Amino acid sequence: MDLSNKLSVSTAPFLKDKNTTPKIMMTVVYTLIPIVMISIYYFGLAALLVTITSVFSCMFTEWLFNNKQKDRFKSLKDGSGLITGLLLALTLPPGFPLWMVFIGGFVAIGMGKAMWGGLGQNIFNPALLGRAFLQAAFPTAITTWSPADGRYFGIRGTNFATPFFQGENIDAVSGATPLSKMKFDHVATDSFELLMGTTGGSLGETCALLLILAGAYLLIKKIINWRIPVSIILTVSLFSGIFYMINPEIYPSPIFMLLSGGMLLGTVYMATDLVTSPLTPKGTWIFGIGIGVLIVLIRIWGGLPEGVMYAILLMNAGTPLLNRFTKIRTYGHKKSN
Amino acid sequence: MSSTTTYKGKTYTFNHGVHPEEFKTLSSHCEVQRMPFVDEYTLPLGQHIGAPSKALVNKGDKVKRGQKIADAGGFVSVALHSPVDGTVSDIGIFDNPNGQVLPAIKIKTDPYSTQRVEDLPIDIENLDTKEFISAVQDAGIVGLGGAAFPTHVKFAIPEGKKCKYIMLNGCECEPFLTADHRVMVESPEEIIDGIIILNKYLNAEKAYIGIEANKPDAIEALKKVAATSSFPIEVMALQVKYPQGAEKMMITAILGEEVPSGKLPLDLGVLVGNVGTFKALAEYFRKGKPLVERVVTVTGTAIKNPANVLVPIGTPMRDVIELCGGITDDAARILLGGPMMGAVQKSLDVPVVKGTSGILILTNNEVRDLEEYNCIRCGKCVDACPIFLNPSMMGMLAKKGLWDEMLEYNVMDCFECASCSFVCPSAIPLVQSFRVAKGFLREKAAREKETN
Repeated sequence: MDLSNKLSVSTAPFLKDKNTTPKIMMTVVYTLIPIVMISIYYFGLAALLVTITSVFSCMFTEWLFNNKQKDRFKSLKDGSGLITGLLLALTLPPGFPLWMVFIGGFVAIGMGKAMWGGLGQNIFNPALLGRAFLQAAFPTAITTWSPADGRYFGIRGTNFATPFFQGENIDAVSGATPLSKMKFDHVATDSFELLMGTTGGSLGETCALLLILAGAYLLIKKIINWRIPVSIILTVSLFSGIFYMINPEIYPSPIFMLLSGGMLLGTVYMATDLVTSPLTPKGTWIFGIGIGVLIVLIRIWGGLPEGVMYAILLMNAGTPLLNRFTKIRTYGHKKSN
Repeated sequence: MSSTTTYKGKTYTFNHGVHPEEFKTLSSHCEVQRMPFVDEYTLPLGQHIGAPSKALVNKGDKVKRGQKIADAGGFVSVALHSPVDGTVSDIGIFDNPNGQVLPAIKIKTDPYSTQRVEDLPIDIENLDTKEFISAVQDAGIVGLGGAAFPTHVKFAIPEGKKCKYIMLNGCECEPFLTADHRVMVESPEEIIDGIIILNKYLNAEKAYIGIEANKPDAIEALKKVAATSSFPIEVMALQVKYPQGAEKMMITAILGEEVPSGKLPLDLGVLVGNVGTFKALAEYFRKGKPLVERVVTVTGTAIKNPANVLVPIGTPMRDVIELCGGITDDAARILLGGPMMGAVQKSLDVPVVKGTSGILILTNNEVRDLEEYNCIRCGKCVDACPIFLNPSMMGMLAKKGLWDEMLEYNVMDCFECASCSFVCPSAIPLVQSFRVAKGFLREKAAREKETN
């Protein structure tokens, strides 16, 4: 029995759970596929073009910044860039110019992830950071919503706008989103329409039903921390419920709050981003409650109709602090120190 | 793999923990078989925690089976006995299962001896507590769960403390291992007898036996015998979860209390011992047999015939493996102990020692070398850690060598169960780096103590 060249030495443990980081990422990607499909169904090929551009931009940027890595493709294989690409696309309006989408993807990965040191090192959710940049840089384009009108092959002309040229506004039909109707006209959209997604909005902000199903699946698979969606939804319902009870004429109902805009997309996919949410149970509760309060504050009193993005980004900034100040009580210790 | 049958009644447990695949059915049905005597035995002098034993024999001396060949080297130390009739062939330094080379006594077996030893019961009625404790030390008995801590040290209850509960650990939460399981099924009378003997000196209120629910036959066997005892002994079925068999986790599962950090179970009035240790206790006091052999599970996916073997201490691992049909071609790792906390071996020439609960041979199917990714802060390790540490944070600090900051995160409380490394999807060597940190911090504390 000569085993000297067959056996190797390492340290315990020798068993390993089957879950790996690429597997977790790919599960998230699988749950995003139906949401992308439904957005293509509602918005036509325009949605597909935005999605492809965003994913390509994110993957390309990831590859570009990996120039010092031994394996330039390793971080592409872990699937996290793919998630950022899909999520960024889902936060954009279907008629969004593709060159702007590309810049959004570049900023999301370059400034949102690579700059911090790659996977796991970033403070802000990369997709939201990219979206925030686009909102600041192209405020008009990002608030030009085409209604979901079932024009399947009707590629929106604005998609092909060229940089630095004031393109002719070929597709001038610009519908309002449920949130802007609420904000500026105090008109609430029917809950059933919100659930099915037959309203205006970004690619992934429309079909609430699919987002709820995807969230449930991720919760069952224990990929996202249940405390975050639960605390956000409870806070938003309670907080907006108070205002609704005070004056249902002006203030939106909690149900409308939960089903409209980026609320569900943000709750299921962005607030629960593993990297940018706190690690400790107490920290996650504070994080979720903070997001909920900020969403309601921005939506009701802010200048913008939507506040999910900024709410999450602001709480992302607080995550390192929350991790520091909400230490877990160690077994056999009286208090957490 | 077929799943083991489980106990249907109420089970208890602790918070957090992990669920590795069990692999127990490979050997859980195998009755304990006796290992034939081999030509030569290697007996390291330091196979327990504490000071090494002091050799009493010289090269060339004739020894009898069960004869004391080394004396305890201090209070936290035990005696050592010859496993066979034979001759001391060498005293020198040899490979030890813990990876070091340590002083050991080699004994060549007398091929013409019958290896029979007469029973010589010890008269417990006339022993006082002090004599009882030194008798246990003289029997060479150490904790057989794997740590090999001298048992008599636990029995010496300090002034002002009282042992209220005797707790037997029959959890065997490490995957693959079934040695304790077989001992409980095959010798429940001796285990209970061990409790009765010990309680003569401790006068405890009650004894508990904690067993994971995947061993219903052991639970039944011990319940049956415990029912005949006048001293209250309760058999507690515990949930199948790693590390249920860690002392602190078992105490929390049974009593619902936490052992304060830096304190011993005795501060809660609890004395914990492995079931096999109690059997060894009974064997010594009823038959006069010191600790010269123990049950070892020889198992794994790369061994031909998994088995539970009663192995004389000092038997080379090579012989035990050969008894079990040898290793298959796809073997990748040989361990002593379980897959979560066991020690990997580089040679087959190391002996089975008192702390060897299993010989485990794994293939590359179980030992997967996974590519390491950055921490994605998924918090799976936080939900796994049985003592509520934050392995994710400590792992990031360890990577930067910030040992002192790790101290603030209570890294010294870590008992290295490896649950964090087991669950980590990014395959970060968490527990491995905590071991390094703990070693560094201990050294630093010792240095500071010296300079002050």
